[in-house]
Amino acid sequence: MDRQLRTKVAFSGYRRPLAGTQPDYLHPSYVSSRKRAPSKSLIAIPATLTELTGPRFASEEVTTGESDLTRQHGGAPLGERIIVNGQVVDEDGRPVGGTLIEIWQANAAGRYAHESDQHDAPLDPNFSGGGRLITNGDGRYSFTTIKPGAYPWGNHDNAWRPAHIHFSIFGPAFATRLVTQMYFPGDPLLAADPLWNSIADENARSRLVSAFDWETTSPGYALGYCFNIVLRGREQTPMEE
Amino acid sequence: MRLAATPSQTVGPFFAIGMHTVDIAFEPAGERLTIQGRVLDGDGNGVNDAVIETWQTDSAGRYADRSSRGWGRVVTDASGTFRFSTTKPGRLMGVGDVVHAPHIAVAIFARGLLKHLFTRIYFPDEPSNATDHILALVPDDRRTTLIARPSGPNRFEWNIVLQGKDETAFFEF
Repeated sequence: MDRQLRTKVAFSGYRRPLAGTQPDYLHPSYVSSRKRAPSKSLIAIPATLTELTGPRFASEEVTTGESDLTRQHGGAPLGERIIVNGQVVDEDGRPVGGTLIEIWQANAAGRYAHESDQHDAPLDPNFSGGGRLITNGDGRYSFTTIKPGAYPWGNHDNAWRPAHIHFSIFGPAFATRLVTQMYFPGDPLLAADPLWNSIADENARSRLVSAFDWETTSPGYALGYCFNIVLRGREQTPMEE
Repeated sequence: MRLAATPSQTVGPFFAIGMHTVDIAFEPAGERLTIQGRVLDGDGNGVNDAVIETWQTDSAGRYADRSSRGWGRVVTDASGTFRFSTTKPGRLMGVGDVVHAPHIAVAIFARGLLKHLFTRIYFPDEPSNATDHILALVPDDRRTTLIARPSGPNRFEWNIVLQGKDETAFFEF
């Protein structure tokens, strides 16, 4: 039998980010980063099975009701009802299905239902601000919630966080873990926000802003926003064996 | 085609609203351990709003299957202290019969961290530490930051120093 040279694609890890598309650890205008950012260089390691694998969550661990933050209590929360949906894909555009997304946010008045949030704005007894779901086979997700309010914080004089929803996504591997924040289009506070500005690349930064979406908007019920999420893609090295 | 990955942003201080904490659920087989430590900032102050996620093999060196999740999440208290109990991970066979020393992979999130940090917990008195090729990439004087210290029967202490002289060795991959 003739010996054949075969080309295969080996999966050797996940790609490093494109320049400027991720924040640095130290961003001095974000005051909390000054004492928490590592001062020594990170140590580059090859991805091993530890980084190439990751936890899986079964759909039965999450109930469908956890994706609707407006129905977690006896009454309707105050504020503007919204639907946020989108698709989770990797850098190669492949849908990431079956992955856990967790969100958390302030209420319509800009206050978190958390004991250490001391902002003098009302708490809403009908809004806790946390939700989760597992993406469907196409990587798609949909949350129903309340548009969060802006709130002041102590970072600098007259500092206000733009309205945002925190997102946590696992993806297929320990290497793909992502926590980020979704912002709203046209928010005048974005330009002055040190967290948003921690991302040097303007295009990358703008991808954290959701798009108002008529297709998602539900007649007589809620405005719709679309927020697509891209996780790290696989490094593929052609090899001959 | 390459899309660019969505940028990371800090978890902020209020993540507990959405990030449920879970114990590491393992089959009972194996040696049970408790690991306790503190997350410390550049001034040596405890970080009271950090969340730590762990990922590890079972005692036989296998990643999650139906009987073992392998993943856990804990948060720090007012003093920056965290604690979790788990099964000691086994040695892991890698590509080309490379043996990895028992380790727990750790991701650290906190207010002030615009991206999470990655590191590993190794165990003292493990012969395979000497040939672990990830430990070998860590400069000698920083390797001790990755090795848990015995603090009692089946108990270990392991701190995470975010910044400064005794800074924990953090990885990128």
